[in-house]
Amino acid sequence: MFAWFHKLTAPKNFYRFAGIINPWIGTICLILILSGLYLGLFKAPPDYQQGESYRIIFVHVPAAWMSMFVYMVMACSAFMTLVWRYKLAGIITEASAAIGASFTFLALATGSLWGKPMWGTWWVWDARLTSELILLFLYLGYIALNSAIENKKTATRASALLVLVGVINIPIIHYSVEWWYTLHQPATVTKMDKPSIHLDMLIPLLLMALGFTFFYAFTLLLKVRTLLIMREQKSKWVQELLEHGKS
Amino acid sequence: MTPQRKRRLALISLMLVSIGIAVALILNAFQKNLLFFFSPTQVVAGEAPLNHPFRIGGMVKEGSLTRSSDGLSVDFVVTDYSHDVNVTYTGILPDLFREGQGIVAMGTLGEASRNVFTATEVLAKHDENYMPPEVAEALEKSGAMPHGLKTVEEK
Repeated sequence: MFAWFHKLTAPKNFYRFAGIINPWIGTICLILILSGLYLGLFKAPPDYQQGESYRIIFVHVPAAWMSMFVYMVMACSAFMTLVWRYKLAGIITEASAAIGASFTFLALATGSLWGKPMWGTWWVWDARLTSELILLFLYLGYIALNSAIENKKTATRASALLVLVGVINIPIIHYSVEWWYTLHQPATVTKMDKPSIHLDMLIPLLLMALGFTFFYAFTLLLKVRTLLIMREQKSKWVQELLEHGKS
Repeated sequence: MTPQRKRRLALISLMLVSIGIAVALILNAFQKNLLFFFSPTQVVAGEAPLNHPFRIGGMVKEGSLTRSSDGLSVDFVVTDYSHDVNVTYTGILPDLFREGQGIVAMGTLGEASRNVFTATEVLAKHDENYMPPEVAEALEKSGAMPHGLKTVEEK
């Protein structure tokens, strides 16, 4: 059953496969983000309380979602690294880290820009903001640990362990606004009952979220291909690739 | 699965479960310290510290807002719809501040000024509902506005 999976995730095949689908992913990403921005910034109505400034959610919310989603991807691939020693899984973890850290930083920065006019402060140490900041430190810690260890194999395993330890922070971020009194408002879209956001605002928000997901996939595959070539530079397929210029 | 992989799987699962339990216990122990603010009910019940700064969160009671003649000082009542606390504040209020709005105020409840909370900072909370003004108006008219208690007292 896993035969095709093994075949696809073999470095040589995955390199070629990623190269074929990535332009498509990039195109879809561009379409989604452009239409999401257009609908969100020009077509969506202003908010009854916050007027025009609520429009930052079209960047802030998808970035915050992605900061957690990327971490979950890293946790899954770290788990596969540790149990099955998949080569590709370690590469996916490594390639995701900087992207996830960027999404986290974007969520924190846009949140801060939104907080000043609405709440009246750039930053407060409430449970949601603090746990999101810890997520940024987890990403940075992973990057530091992974690059500090000389031996690639040891580095991959040690840092995979760090990713798994940090995964406990993800449910804390998500439920922080329910478990504790926070300045940050509770979830709008991902709560159990109907999302409490008008449809004209929800559609661009979801388009942006999907666009951000495709952006992650696009940058991830770019980076994975680079890392594959670097790791496998001594293998035959990379040598051939370098000679002929095309695989 | 090879026995070796099975062992690794069990080890890592055990590690995840024990970290989960440890963190749950820690968070439970620090439950009180993780509260960003006290509700008026907690303050009235004497759970908040006297003469020591803390935050209070709740709704600005409708009709309770009075501005002093110097234009900077305001007095209002913070309520969670079961208990009220009087608040006095001098300074600039955030744009969202209005009656019926959720706020979080930092300040002290002194022995001398029992029942009056002297705020040094007032932050506005906004809710998780987003809608165009016309929809909000229509909801207000029909009395179906999901706005009010919801922001502060979800739990």
